[in-house]
Amino acid sequence: MALLTKTRERRPTSFYFLAAFFALFVLFLYGPMLTIFILSFQGENGGLTFPMNGFSFHWFGNLFEQQAVGDFGGSFSRSLKLGLIVMVVTVVVSFMAGLAFRKRFRGDSVIFYLAIASLIVPSILISLGIGLLFNIVEWQPQWFTSALGAHLTWTFPFGLLIMFAVFNRFDPSYEEAARDLGASNWQTIQYVVLPMVGPSLIGVAMFSFTLSYDEFARTLMTAGALNTLPLEIYGMTTNVTTPVLYALGTVTTGFSFLVIALALGAVAIMRRRKGQKA
Amino acid sequence: MASDTSKRSSYFLISPMALIFAVFLVIPLLTIVVVSFWDYDEYRILPDFILENYKYLLGSSVTWSIYLNTLKYAVLTWVFTLLIGFTVAYFLAFHVRSLTWQIVLFMLCTIPFWTSNIIRMISWIPFLGRNGLLNSALINLGIVDQPLEFLLFSDFAVVLADVHLYTLFMVVPIFNSMMRIDRSLIEAARDAGASGFETLKSVIVPLSKPGIAIGSIFVITVVMGDFITVRLMSGGQSASVGLQISNEIGLLQYPAAAASAVVLLITVLLIVTALLRLVDIRKEL
Repeated sequence: MALLTKTRERRPTSFYFLAAFFALFVLFLYGPMLTIFILSFQGENGGLTFPMNGFSFHWFGNLFEQQAVGDFGGSFSRSLKLGLIVMVVTVVVSFMAGLAFRKRFRGDSVIFYLAIASLIVPSILISLGIGLLFNIVEWQPQWFTSALGAHLTWTFPFGLLIMFAVFNRFDPSYEEAARDLGASNWQTIQYVVLPMVGPSLIGVAMFSFTLSYDEFARTLMTAGALNTLPLEIYGMTTNVTTPVLYALGTVTTGFSFLVIALALGAVAIMRRRKGQKA
Repeated sequence: MASDTSKRSSYFLISPMALIFAVFLVIPLLTIVVVSFWDYDEYRILPDFILENYKYLLGSSVTWSIYLNTLKYAVLTWVFTLLIGFTVAYFLAFHVRSLTWQIVLFMLCTIPFWTSNIIRMISWIPFLGRNGLLNSALINLGIVDQPLEFLLFSDFAVVLADVHLYTLFMVVPIFNSMMRIDRSLIEAARDAGASGFETLKSVIVPLSKPGIAIGSIFVITVVMGDFITVRLMSGGQSASVGLQISNEIGLLQYPAAAASAVVLLITVLLIVTALLRLVDIRKEL
């Protein structure tokens, strides 16, 4: 009854102004993306802007021809692999760090401030610093060494901050109960802590994968001889003047959406399982 | 004894993160500082201790105008993202009544953040270009008779793209602060006769300050160090500090780039320190 009366309460005029503002903001966010999505189906003779000159999948086909637009396949698979490595490392390391930070230890604030610094130091400085370091010690920069390290400096702070948020709201009495029942440290983590923080770890996984998959500035001087996808896209912006650029945009954005959907699906499944057990 | 083992396990658990930060953050930044005092010729960098890189950098009027330009982008982006971000967060936190709708609308705002920044910049071309949607619309409506040239490849385009990319960095922390405001405080303000605007001004804004500070740190630092938005959206017609560094890297003038990087880092740290006086980040999680 209380709920019913609440919904019937008249909304103030300001609500409608703010709702309109919000709608415009969403249009501002999605509108441009929508235009390149439509234009990626541009006809064979069409250009970079409207009007549409027919409708075709020509530019998508173009994307998969080696000569037409650099090395799309290779750079995509490198970005995918790098993203997955970054994801696994970030989830494991952030979870460990999150556990460590539940108690005070000497140097904890140093690590905390390093994480914050890692977040606010301009990405190009990380790129330059790692590039110079590898140059001086004469190591060959590679996407799976120097670029991996550069990406981790970007994903760790997010992972750590999410873990802070999770463990701040975590009730330690569950672990105490497990320990009272004779569970070992590892069993407590496996059967009590992990199931409880699972959905957040999926959040960290999605965060770190997409941050790495889309990262440009930190990869610039650290990728070595072979391009990742964002570097390839950036190269295309300077020398490709056909809608194949939009087709690439549509494909990679679609892929990002797929990743988000997978993550949300995984969280939903975990929640349901937990519900069934309870 | 027990606390000894638990301390040891803390060190064990934190060591992978500490190691990565040491190798890929601390040592690289120290390398930049060291190299900024080195010499170079066309082919390589030469270990040395000279102040020429800094003298040249700080003595050049170009540097100062580039810094001014970058600050202009940062301030403009900050103002717009703050106004838009605050309004959006306020709407979500106080005008959307059900939690489900709050989550759905919040997700709607965050999804674009998970896609490529470069693609999001490119997506403005068909809208703002010479023959783009906006120009065609303006001409068809008879508002202008020549396509407006300043829409794409201009300062306008740079700030627009920055606002487009980074408003979310404001929305999230401000929304987070607003959701923690005790609703009874707002009831109390209303009962005491405060109008909606007065409540906003003397209750909501002050209590949202931590979120505003965190969002501002994000937006300002990211724009101060940005080079790709400036290069793509200004069409190479404007400069920023980050772009200058990336150009020097392109020319293999690493010590010059390193000196610029050190100055940029100091600038950013000064701005952040000033903003951190307004907020204790660790309390906000």
